[in-house]
Amino acid sequence: MNGEPLVRWDWLWAHLGPIADRIGQHLYLTAIAVGVGFVISFALAAVSIRRRRLYPPVVVVATALYTIPSFALFAALVAITGLSILTAEIPLVLYTFILFVPNIVAGFDAVPWDVLDAADGMGFTAGQRWWRVELPLALPLVVASLRLATVSTIGLVTVSAILGDRFGGLGYYILDGYHRTFTTEILVGGLLSIGLAVLADLGFVLLQRVLTPWAAARAVSR
Amino acid sequence: MTTPATPTSRAAALEFRGVTKRYGSGEESTGAVNDLSFTVPAGTICVLVGPSGCGKTTSLKMVNRLIEPTGGQILLDGSDVMSEDVTALRRRIGYVIQQVGLFPHLTIGRNVAVVPALMGWTRERQQARTDELLSLVGLEPGRYRNRYPSQLSGGERQRVGVARALAADPPLMLMDEPFAAVDPIVRQRLQDEFLRLQRALAKTILFVTHDVDEAIKMGDLIAVMEEGGRLAQFGPPEEILAHPASDFVARFVGQDRGLKRLSLSTIADLRTEPLGRREGLPTFSPDTTLRDALSILLVADTRGGVALDEAGQPRGLVTVDAIASALADDRPRRAARA
Repeated sequence: MNGEPLVRWDWLWAHLGPIADRIGQHLYLTAIAVGVGFVISFALAAVSIRRRRLYPPVVVVATALYTIPSFALFAALVAITGLSILTAEIPLVLYTFILFVPNIVAGFDAVPWDVLDAADGMGFTAGQRWWRVELPLALPLVVASLRLATVSTIGLVTVSAILGDRFGGLGYYILDGYHRTFTTEILVGGLLSIGLAVLADLGFVLLQRVLTPWAAARAVSR
Repeated sequence: MTTPATPTSRAAALEFRGVTKRYGSGEESTGAVNDLSFTVPAGTICVLVGPSGCGKTTSLKMVNRLIEPTGGQILLDGSDVMSEDVTALRRRIGYVIQQVGLFPHLTIGRNVAVVPALMGWTRERQQARTDELLSLVGLEPGRYRNRYPSQLSGGERQRVGVARALAADPPLMLMDEPFAAVDPIVRQRLQDEFLRLQRALAKTILFVTHDVDEAIKMGDLIAVMEEGGRLAQFGPPEEILAHPASDFVARFVGQDRGLKRLSLSTIADLRTEPLGRREGLPTFSPDTTLRDALSILLVADTRGGVALDEAGQPRGLVTVDAIASALADDRPRRAARA
């Protein structure tokens, strides 16, 4: 390609500030999508656990949403919500449902019945049982679903760059680099996005260890 | 052992009065209970025993209201359990189940202290009580306090389950097949240890099992239940083995109920014959059961064995006939009933 080096280090050094801003934006868009998605999914899971009949339709809808190509969904939403942050966040939130709901439901399903029987028999109130027994025991799968949704969303945020340079986080560089046939930008956007995903993944693994020390103890001895 | 954090041990009398539980419309459905009445005096172990589906677990769970009765009353020290706040009721009743149900996310120490924590005891008092109870069930507090349940063997977990149920010094303990999930050797040890513990604690205990031998070993009183949730017989083990009230009870306790009765008595209970030459005869310590003594005599093929007293001195001669006559005490009564 016309004698340009693969990476223009001078460009990189000159853009450290904007790159940091893009990383911030990337994390901001991700955090909103995962946070909102988690709250809605937790409510959907809670309803599904209590009314088992509702669970299959919830999963069907969440799966169907996940099959819509992100590119098409961003484009279609522009007609309704314009070039606002809503347009960027709605698809990201919708995609998290299928990652959250089944894992949260499975997390609460995995709480052993004998433990619940013992808790009831010893005089836990319903609230005490939920906070002190059910939630802590569901936590491994709940945290696992957060890990999955976060890593997935970090990847998807890049696509929102098609909504303009106010969006997309690091995806901005991928799109801009593509338009200008500028490899350095594409690499910066792509590699940093992957880096964020890997760091988030490790962060959740650590969080898992801290929150559920008993799960690690299981592997140690028997 | 440490000084008890809760020195006074109390026990409550438990009474079932016409207790009935129906499920749906089917009168004889599995787990139903039909007009169950009996009284367990304070400080005794009452075992509910019967085939599966006879309603014994249902009966137990109606005491702490995990299952609500359809009719009748359950009285704890004279007051109806239905009239008390359900949470308060459950916190003053110990509950031990077959699967133990330890909280996997809590350390052993915090598992034992669960009910004290719910009741708002101070940390120091919880800790003192936890250590006291772990020692009581034979688990060294320093070694076990900070472990998680998954790091314990089945037998150790079951001990923790008993310690947890005792934490708030409940006047009544409900034990649903507490030793059924461990292997026979561990089970026997847990049974023996629990009986030793009970001699000191003197709790009122309602104990469910499907195993007749366990019922005979553990029970001061036995309630034999049959299909349909009816009480087939209620009484001390000796009486149930000697005088089964129906064909069902006789079949349920087994053809070997004579031998089972022998396991309720020991050499110390036996009238001995004068001792002659004792060379080559087996010797029996006072706590040997008559069942074991009989077995040893039959295998040894001697004219008898030597009963020893507490000091290990020969007390007299034990013969197969003497053991048989220990069983015969109530034969005339049985003949009269026939």
